[in-house]
Amino acid sequence: MKTYETVIGLEVHVELATKTKIFCGCTTAFGGAPNTHICPVCTGMPGSLPVLNKKVVEYAMAAGLACGCEITRKTKFDRKNYFYPDLPKAYQVSQLYLPICRNGKIEIETAAGKKTVGIHEIHMEEDAGKLVHDDWDDCTLIDYNRCGVPLIEIVSDPDMRSAEEVIAYLEKLRLILKYVGVSDCKMQEGSLRADVNLSIREVGSTEFGTRTEMKNLNSFKAIARAIEGERKRQIEVLEYGKKVIQETRRWDDNKDTSFAMRTKEDAMDYRYFPEPDLVPVVISEEWISSIKEKEPELRDAKIKRYQTEYEIPAYDAGILTASKRMADLFEETIAICQKPKEVSNWLMVEAMRLLKETEQEADELMLSAKKLAELIEMIDSGKINRTVGKEVFEHIFKEDADPLEYVKKNGLLMEQDDGRLKEVIRIVIQSNPQSVSDYHSGKQKAIGYLIGQTMSLLHGKADPSKVRSMMEAEL
Amino acid sequence: MIISDETIAYVAALAKIKLSDEEKIRAKKDLGEILGYIERMNELDTDGVEPMSHAFPVSNVFREDVVTNGDEREEMLKNAPKQKDGCFVVPKTVE
Amino acid sequence: MEITKKTACELGKMIKERKISAVEALTEQLAVIKKRDPEYQCYLTIAEEEALKEAKKVQKEIDDGMYADSLLAGVPIAIKDNICTKGIKTTCASKMLDDFIPPYDATVMKRLKEAGCITIGKVNMDEFAMGSTTETSYFKQTKNPWDVTRVPGGSSGGAAAAVAAEEAFIALGSDTGGSIRQPSSFCGVTGIKPTYGTVSRYGLIAYASSLDQIGPIGRDVTDCATLLETIAGGDPYDSTCVAAKSSSYRAALKDDVSGMRIGIPNGYFKEGLDCEVKEQVLKAAEVLSQKGAKVEFFDLPASEYAIPAYYVIASAEASSNLSRFDGVKYGYRTSEFENLKELYEKTRSEGFGDEVKRRMMIGAFVLSSGYYDAYYNKALKVKATIKKAFDQAFASYDMILGPTASTTAPKLGESLSDPLKMYLGDIYTVSVNLAGLPAISIPCGEDKKGMPVGMQLIGKPFEEATILQAAYSFEQTRGYKRPMIDERKIR
Repeated sequence: MKTYETVIGLEVHVELATKTKIFCGCTTAFGGAPNTHICPVCTGMPGSLPVLNKKVVEYAMAAGLACGCEITRKTKFDRKNYFYPDLPKAYQVSQLYLPICRNGKIEIETAAGKKTVGIHEIHMEEDAGKLVHDDWDDCTLIDYNRCGVPLIEIVSDPDMRSAEEVIAYLEKLRLILKYVGVSDCKMQEGSLRADVNLSIREVGSTEFGTRTEMKNLNSFKAIARAIEGERKRQIEVLEYGKKVIQETRRWDDNKDTSFAMRTKEDAMDYRYFPEPDLVPVVISEEWISSIKEKEPELRDAKIKRYQTEYEIPAYDAGILTASKRMADLFEETIAICQKPKEVSNWLMVEAMRLLKETEQEADELMLSAKKLAELIEMIDSGKINRTVGKEVFEHIFKEDADPLEYVKKNGLLMEQDDGRLKEVIRIVIQSNPQSVSDYHSGKQKAIGYLIGQTMSLLHGKADPSKVRSMMEAEL
Repeated sequence: MIISDETIAYVAALAKIKLSDEEKIRAKKDLGEILGYIERMNELDTDGVEPMSHAFPVSNVFREDVVTNGDEREEMLKNAPKQKDGCFVVPKTVE
Repeated sequence: MEITKKTACELGKMIKERKISAVEALTEQLAVIKKRDPEYQCYLTIAEEEALKEAKKVQKEIDDGMYADSLLAGVPIAIKDNICTKGIKTTCASKMLDDFIPPYDATVMKRLKEAGCITIGKVNMDEFAMGSTTETSYFKQTKNPWDVTRVPGGSSGGAAAAVAAEEAFIALGSDTGGSIRQPSSFCGVTGIKPTYGTVSRYGLIAYASSLDQIGPIGRDVTDCATLLETIAGGDPYDSTCVAAKSSSYRAALKDDVSGMRIGIPNGYFKEGLDCEVKEQVLKAAEVLSQKGAKVEFFDLPASEYAIPAYYVIASAEASSNLSRFDGVKYGYRTSEFENLKELYEKTRSEGFGDEVKRRMMIGAFVLSSGYYDAYYNKALKVKATIKKAFDQAFASYDMILGPTASTTAPKLGESLSDPLKMYLGDIYTVSVNLAGLPAISIPCGEDKKGMPVGMQLIGKPFEEATILQAAYSFEQTRGYKRPMIDERKIR
């Protein structure tokens, strides 16, 4: 059997985080009873007309700039014509001839090392409605709430060669978009959707093979499986001496296989032409720079800064910035307590452990920077020791407990009164003559036993090092 | 201009209309004549002319990102030939 | 029934001066409609109840001192049936929208309500405004009040006929390739197609989005200028309607054309133009020059390519605009179907008429892969060339004069058999839409059979005022002729 390489390009649809739809004043809020977020415009009522939401253009520009794209100075919308019940006007307003962004690139990293994936273009378009199949009545119900929600479609070059690279690309892209704040990228809510264009060719060949497009991939796992499945399928087709047909296939994650989506009789001729109901968007230098100015610090920059400014190791910086939420929390906490290393340790060790334990994403981390800073202060000032600190952290993490109140309520404050300490130490010395004489006859570790006794009498609420020094003085 | 049966079938499919045999014959004749006439455009030399979709150079007409619409479901569904549970209804789109 | 012979502005003035109430005026108008419409068939929907309710309300508001600056408060108006009227059936004269009741008002309807106009009903048209005779209407055949054996023109035939037959004081039509001007010419009334972007299209059921404009049809220039002033101006719901609200239209109504430079394209008077029409239009030009206008002939290049370019662009946009009529969200739905494909195909085949299907197929063809550049893109280049030719002409002339249509109204049933011949009749009007220019059609005489002839004045972009002034001045000399309405012939 010949050896093949897989050639993959991605079309990623991202729902933008605007308050309203792309062409009307309807809310984009997720959920809501069917058809309660619709109006004459997004239901394609006869006579209704679109008016472009300015924020959509700005978000598309921001996304493009973050992906190193060129911004098209005069961009236009086109109509993509086809009949389907989720498309009330029977055309989708999209961009074919002059997309808003072109020629970008994204750096990805896999076990194999670093690699650049080209961004062919980013264009703006409107989302379609949702179809719900009603088996009871054997019909399909249409909900237009999502219809007209703004999307950007990010089209990559066919630069990826494995599922691993595809996932790395998607992870990177998702992180960039979240950092820029143009989308929440929730796959489960469909605000990030990827179509996979895949073809195979013999290793060494420079020609591309015939590609298929796979849709309905709603998790990274599904994408990885779909790529593997489609790669195998195409190899089989070729090995049997048949030809791969250019078609759109629907991935069925349960059956772990894909099916050709459209039947032959459907003429796939979209008859694109310039949307006459919308006027061109002309983008000035000033507008671009005003968007650039608003661009937040992205992950790669943060990783560098954390190392130089806070002396955080590269690895740790990587983990802290893997989610914007975590990075924000890290910086907020430092702003209060100025102890980068301490903060980093708590987040890296305890926060990560508890996230895993509670099966949460770092993005969902609900930890108060103020309280974390307070906790770190309490330990530094010797109010509590590290062991108690961990217990307190867990309660801040889980039920947003107030650190000071918590330790007071549970009597975890450390013994600060030296007189009381001395008293206890003396009692321990008197009641353990054997250990004392062992110590004096040179058995150093005997003192450990005495310290232990003291700590247990104080229910652990003392600083062991302090106890040691006082013990030595007393002996 | 001669229009083939295939062409008529194709444009009818694109326009989602079913033509009777008489209609097909009529359509072939009419489209042939009309498109033939339309081809006169080629007599006019338009090299280097920019295609003009809007007669006047208007650009950058926007809405602000502010919610202005409420729940208009009842109004929007009023004209639907068939509705169920607040949705428009079509035959099953998947087998 | 003398009141219905008044112009809209005369009636508005009488209502203001309490010489007649809005309700009385409406009642008179309804009486005329009931008497004459069985003959002329102008109306698809007579909104009697709604209109009476509205008239009462408006009259009360007038009594309370509202509408002080509206000249049309209380005046009944007829609306072409492709303009969405909330709560009143809007059919586009198509089986497809037989039962469609819009859930919203077109922007022009909002403006009319703000001015206190009373919507009396919806008037007939060619199906989805595709046609030049109003014979493609699914519902009825509107007759020309000057000769009931002839067509009223189209597509705004119902509106023009209603105004001529005194079944309406004034009306709103729409013009994509001549649909206001040509029926105005055939029915001996006045109609304006405003500059593209002057009147909001929000709520106008689209035929060809880049060419459609709503405009007034009235018995004289003053009514048209007044109604245009009422509906014109930018609209946040229409991205292509950004024109500032103009109040210059009525102000322009002066009987003075001295020094106006009027150009007449030689090409307009070549073959295809009926000699009696030619005679009347040239006479009118003579009148204008005698009144001091500087009238001369000139060459307007590329105008012979307007029709092919128009039918490519209009059909392409129509094929896309009319795709939404699929039996899912509103309108007609076929009764029997096995699956989605059948629902679409049967609904659309049964719901649309022949002319609509024809244009949707032409549109699908010129946009289909492999043909886009040769047809659609080429048409956009021809459009650019035509626009340039007009721009150059307007460097030397304030307006362009010509016939509105190549003939007077043809007999009923003569036109539909040969679609191409019907398309060619639009020769004088379509280039104006392609270039987005304003144009007015005013009656300038009759042929030997006594059928009205219309003269078209084409103006510079957003300079409606100039052509209104010339038209008004011409009207002062010629006066208004009404059709001989033989009350005895009307059952």
